[in-house]
Amino acid sequence: MLVYSLRRIAGMVPTLLVISFLVFFVIELPPGDYLSNQIAQLKAQGEASSVAKLEFLRHEFALDEPFWKRYLIWIGAWPGPHGFSGLLQGDWGWSFEFARPVEEVVGPTLLLTVILNFTTVLFVYIVSFPIGIYSATRQYSWGDYGFTLIGYIGLATPNFLLGLIMLYLSNRWFGLSVGGLMAPEFIGQPWSVDKVLSVLAHLIIPTIVIGTSGTAGMIRRLRANLLDELHKQYVTTARAKGLAEAKLLVKYPMRMALNPFIADIGNIIPSLVSGSVIVSVVLNLPTVGPILLTSLQSQDQFLAGFIILFVSILTLVGMLISDLLLAVVDPRIRLGAEAGR
Amino acid sequence: MSVTNDRPRHFVDTEPFDPNREAPPDPDRERYFQASQWRIVWWKFKRHKIAVVAGFVLLVFYMAVPFAEIIAPYGANQRHNDYLYAPPQAIHLFDKGRFVGPHVEGYLAEIDMDTLSWKYRPDPGSVQPIRFLCLGDPYEFWGLIPGRFHLFCPAKGGTLFLLGTDRLGRDVFSGLVYGARLSLTIGIIGVAISIVLGMFFGGIAGYFGGFVDSAVNRIIEILRCIPELPLWMALSAALPVTWSPIWIYFGITVILGMLDWPGLARAVRSKLLSLREEDYARAAVLMGAKPKRIIGKHLLPGFTSHLVASATLAIPNMILGETALSFLNLGLSRPAVSWGVLLNEAQNITIVTVYPWLMAPVIPVIIVVLAFNFLGDGLRDAADPYKT
Repeated sequence: MLVYSLRRIAGMVPTLLVISFLVFFVIELPPGDYLSNQIAQLKAQGEASSVAKLEFLRHEFALDEPFWKRYLIWIGAWPGPHGFSGLLQGDWGWSFEFARPVEEVVGPTLLLTVILNFTTVLFVYIVSFPIGIYSATRQYSWGDYGFTLIGYIGLATPNFLLGLIMLYLSNRWFGLSVGGLMAPEFIGQPWSVDKVLSVLAHLIIPTIVIGTSGTAGMIRRLRANLLDELHKQYVTTARAKGLAEAKLLVKYPMRMALNPFIADIGNIIPSLVSGSVIVSVVLNLPTVGPILLTSLQSQDQFLAGFIILFVSILTLVGMLISDLLLAVVDPRIRLGAEAGR
Repeated sequence: MSVTNDRPRHFVDTEPFDPNREAPPDPDRERYFQASQWRIVWWKFKRHKIAVVAGFVLLVFYMAVPFAEIIAPYGANQRHNDYLYAPPQAIHLFDKGRFVGPHVEGYLAEIDMDTLSWKYRPDPGSVQPIRFLCLGDPYEFWGLIPGRFHLFCPAKGGTLFLLGTDRLGRDVFSGLVYGARLSLTIGIIGVAISIVLGMFFGGIAGYFGGFVDSAVNRIIEILRCIPELPLWMALSAALPVTWSPIWIYFGITVILGMLDWPGLARAVRSKLLSLREEDYARAAVLMGAKPKRIIGKHLLPGFTSHLVASATLAIPNMILGETALSFLNLGLSRPAVSWGVLLNEAQNITIVTVYPWLMAPVIPVIIVVLAFNFLGDGLRDAADPYKT
């Protein structure tokens, strides 16, 4: 198991490198950079005095270097104007738009982003598991049809639209606003029991909004997997031998259907993280989503780059956890990895 | 060598073999055996009732693409300064118990002194019958041919805002019809791009195997790890602001298509891997056919139906992607009109609660995505016609 985990984690390193390069490439695609745009603007206004300062800043942030050098400086594999100072050294860069280090801008939101995504994954698991089993064991019952219908609608409704609709309905029916991740009086306060409870209460709607389409997909696949298993001969044999229905279900087919169930969570994590970004914008949640939008609109490259890299890493870690869980549940995977050694 | 007598001698019938001897010819079965693959796919698809209905619904929606100007009563960016945020006008058939045909009731406008804005409510006194197949607002068909013919128009001097108007008095229903043109085509073009990429990468991976296969697989794996939306957002933020709406539109389609091919490439690859082992493929190799010919001539036709099904299932993702980007102000913007652009108006919670009809574009988005999902499911089931 340890060997498998280590191999799996080592396999992430090249992936991370490629992703970081891709992210940097995409972020640098727009012509110019934040500072050179400002310089052009100032020149147009005829204010030559501050141009020199901005030129100096461009040099400070190594924006005048060629592309490959800027990338290496960004990740911290090449000495910048102030020596090695990049992501590897824990320096996340400077946000021009907010005029503060990226660390300070995104710092308070990172934990909430992780919490939001984690609860969404939990929500998807907890909701889809019983419903999937119910739908498979009571195939073609009214409940099954009902869940299938809800599932289809859940799949088809884009999560940000669902967020809008939720905003409208909760405002209309309960007169309460669902925006934000905690009650206003807790913002900026140190963590306390009350604050945690407030965050939990505010997490409910975003979690449902982000998780619905993922849940719908998971229910569909769990149902299909379980149905495949239920029609196999060993189930008939067990039934013929008089095994109680509940025990039969839990002991054999469910364990078989559990594998793809766990593997699937790895597949839907990217879309969950995507969803959390846009839903955060709609519901005004203090996660990295709204900051990403601002930074992209103002071409605040280091900030945007860091956030995209962060959500990608979040996805990778989520997939890693799902793979490790799969290895725990399925001995074939961890033994196969050791045999392949 | 002589035949030993203790074994029965092989009996060989001198009569010519009649294939129908065992089972008498059955016209239904004959029809099935002689039908082409696509015909069988069609028969099987027809049995999937929901998919057929979904296909029909999509056909209706796609009618708006060529004929938007004729279907919409107003232009998409036409402002009605007297009717800002006017609520939807309901269609009535009877007026005071008397049948007058489909008509709407005019607005009574009054100033709300609390918010200092105009409030509109229906005026039962003013009956405005809807005209059908009529001459109304002038337009330029596809920006080329001037015309005035509409499927239906408001009464002379009246209004017809079936889904209300927005902040600048633009008719939401007309916006929806025009928006369909961009929203619906973006999915098709985007999928076309990702099919080409997916077929290319999946094709070389599945056919050559070995090093090429593992390299392509690595790329696919990495691309699948990245959450799509943030990357889409970054890429469309990179589109120059100086581009005209047409170029932005193509830019967005290319972005959507470029990142969506891994799923298709995977499908192509796994299907190719299994088809490559088939006897007819091996025979072609032995006869000296080039890889290009084998892939294109022998293997591709074997899974075109699968490809169509996977592509159909990929379209909704693109439509949603465009809607999300335009909603966030990173995609298309006025004067180009798509459903996402229309939803952009509904970003603010206060606006949404006061003027809920601005959320109307949500409905066609959901219907189209659902329909594509059902259609794709039906096609996928029909794609393997020989499997029962």
